[in-house]
Parts: sequence; structure tokens; C-alpha cells
Amino acid sequence: MTAMTVTTDPRAVAETVTDPELPMLTLADLGVLRDVRVEDGTVVVEITPTYSGCPAMGTMRADLLHALHRAGFADVDVRTVLAPAWSTDWISEGGRRKLAAGGIAPPGTAPVRTAGPVPLQLGPTRRTAACPVCGSPDTEELSEFSATACKALRRCTSCREPFEHVKEI
Amino acid sequence: MAHEETVYDALGNAQDDHGHWAFGTGFDEPLAGVDTTVPEGIGPADLGAYCLMLGDDALVLAQRLTQWITAAPELEEEVAIANVALDLLGQARLLLARAGSVGVLGRSREKATDSIPDEDALAYFRDPDEFRSTGLVEAPNGDFARTMVRLLAAATVRLAVFARLRESRDPVLAAIAAKGVNELAYHRDHAARWVLRLGDGTDESHRRAQAGADAVWPLLDDLFTATDVEARLTAAGVAVDPAEVREEVVSVLTEVLERATLRVPEWPADAAPRGRTGEHTAELPELLATLQGLARQHPAATW
Repeated sequence: MTAMTVTTDPRAVAETVTDPELPMLTLADLGVLRDVRVEDGTVVVEITPTYSGCPAMGTMRADLLHALHRAGFADVDVRTVLAPAWSTDWISEGGRRKLAAGGIAPPGTAPVRTAGPVPLQLGPTRRTAACPVCGSPDTEELSEFSATACKALRRCTSCREPFEHVKEI
Repeated sequence: MAHEETVYDALGNAQDDHGHWAFGTGFDEPLAGVDTTVPEGIGPADLGAYCLMLGDDALVLAQRLTQWITAAPELEEEVAIANVALDLLGQARLLLARAGSVGVLGRSREKATDSIPDEDALAYFRDPDEFRSTGLVEAPNGDFARTMVRLLAAATVRLAVFARLRESRDPVLAAIAAKGVNELAYHRDHAARWVLRLGDGTDESHRRAQAGADAVWPLLDDLFTATDVEARLTAAGVAVDPAEVREEVVSVLTEVLERATLRVPEWPADAAPRGRTGEHTAELPELLATLQGLARQHPAATW
């Protein structure tokens, strides 16, 4: 790589990498890509896991390395940052539009976590999500847990289509 | 760059040429790039021991929950249980990696080959007496009602501890806790809704939920007594004294059981720690044999 002159902005390259499980979103849309900078000739990329057990972190790391290597950046260091914890509030407006267009209802506002005890939520959850197929606001939750840790399963009571919803965290 | 066209090629390319250990997830070090410096005044041995306590609870409960896969009462619930187990497994990975980062590996490193990452060495190559999980998580699942009562109790205790740990002087532990709180709130509330539904359901579901509570309650006896490690780390501002969460746990569990029309079993008297000091029932070796068997049969396998 010594003879190669790199003119591309590494951030622009990192921002093109998509999420392995929500391929309509980039890692930047998802809020997982926290920082891209150059330190002493090394591109340092910071990513944060959505959930502690997110199995996609290894693939995200590899995809970022791959994209940056292919763009001519030989020295790339992908680091994990744990704090502050990822929140669905970090999903960009563009990302929310892409989710909805892809048939997945975007999240509402994440619950505010204060320092004290976390209150019990015993009733059905009050979250709402419009149907991404027909747009009806009349939808019901089938399960708070779906095919990936970050999604719940809902059904539209108007058009009866089941759909996934990125749940607020 | 045709030789680098797939994700799988890139995965391999991201590593050295020695291949990956076959059983763990070594290509994805959960603490890769995290500053794991131990703040001044904190004993690394104590910090590692404490991370094993919290990590082993999550690992053992995750393993228990996965025993429901293909056997849950409905498909949605199977997915839910797998999600909860995956969150717990993720918490376990972070905590075991944190223990490894401060050099607390017990005898696991003698048995695991060098290519096996610390978190995997701790998970697969420690013997039962080196585990620090509590009896609450190592007990068998029983029926679905008992599984949900146990998950409710375990998630309530863990959530109360993690909520306080967000203020830990160890920044890594504080970050793991802050992330875990968001997940554990989902786990606890999910289990609580099942306990409501079963307790306030049919005669049979009520009977089973009550039997589950009666079986789980005696396991709560040693959860609120600090070990020496926890006492020292609490004084150092790193850990949470388990006695401190007792009131909150009692209040939450009582509220759920009462609303589920269940009788709250008698609270057991506080007992000295058992699992936290390596004293386990015969259930743990059996569970670990399933978890560890294959990795120990082929300790040098790579892919």
C-alpha cells in the first residue's frame, strides 16, 4: 500500500457500511458508528453494540475493515465503545424512513432511565407503531421479542399483516 | 481485490493466519479497543472475582433458558426466551472478558490452549468449583411456570444490582451495567407478565405458578449476603452490597405475586453465600458438562 495515495475521507467510507441484519440501514444510520478519526496514520473507528449479546458485532467489524482496506487505508483499528449505552434514539431520521420503507416500523422515543430503581411495567406496553404496510395506527403487539434482539413483533388490526418493530431501548 | 469479496473472506482476513478456535467467538472480542485500565485503589483480583460472580450468573441462566428451545409452549415464547438468553450471554461475555483483562483466569488457562480467548477459557475450561453463580440460576427449570418465576426473581435481583452498578468506580463495569439495565428491564417485565397471566389464569396455571414460587423462594436465601470480595469492593465504590437490594427485590416480587393472586411464600432467613464461594449442587456439573463437553473433547480445534 506504500505507493498508494489515499484521497478519500475515511469517515465517508465507513458511513457506507451497512448493518448485517438490517441491510437497508448503514451503521451510521443505526447510530452504531460512533466515531471515525485518523491517529498517527491509523484510521480509528469506534462502534458500539446495540445489545450486549448482539451477534453481528464481529461481522460489523470485519465489514468496516474490509471497506476501509478496499478504499486504500492499510492501518485500520476498529474499537468497541460501551458507554454511553446505545439507544434507539440514535437511529437517524433517514434511518427511520429507510426502516419504514423496508417494512419495519421505526422505534418511538426511548424510555428515560434515571438513577433510581426501574419501575415495573406489568400491563401491556403502551408503545404504538403505525403499520408499515397500510399506515394504519391500529396495531397490536404479538411479542416483545422477535427475530433479532432489537425488534418486537406486531400485527396490524386493519390489514392483518404481521410486521416487525424496532423496540425502544 | 477479488480475493476479498465476501464477508467470510473479510472475517478471516481481519485475523492472523492461525485460524479461529472452533467453539467460542474469538473473532469478536467483546472488549476489543476498550480501555481496561483498573482505576487506582481497586484490587484486580477482587474486581475479577466479582466479574465472575456476575458473569457466571448470566452464563448459567442463559444455558438453562436455552433448554427451552424447541420445547417452549408457543413459538413467540421460544423466540422471547432465546432473546433473553442471548442478552444474558452477551452480558456474560463482557464480564468474563473483563475478568480476563485483569488476569483472573483461575485454573482455566492451564487447560485451554493459547489460541483460546480468555472469555472462552473461563466459560469452557473452569471446573464447577471455580464457578461463582448462585443456586437460584443453577436450579433446574422445572415446568414453564417455575421457569418464569425463577426468571422473574433472577432478573429482579440482577436489575436492582445493575441499576446501582451504573455508578461503579470501574468504568468498564459501570458501562456493562448501564447497558444491561435496559435489557434486564425487558426480561423482568416479560417474566412478570407471564406470572400474572399464569397466577391469575386457570386453576391449573395458578396451581403451577404457586408451586413454582414455592420452589423458587428457598433459593433466595443466600442472595443478600455479601462475600468478602463484595464487601471490600463495596467499600471501594466498585461493587453493590447485595443486602442493599433486598428491600427493592422483596417489594417488586411481592407486588407481582399479589397481583397474580398468588400467595407470597415465606421469605427465607438470610444465609451465608454458597454459590458465590464455589459451593454448588450436583445440578451445576451436569449443566456445565453439556456446555463444556465438546470444547473439552476437541480443545485445539480451529476453523
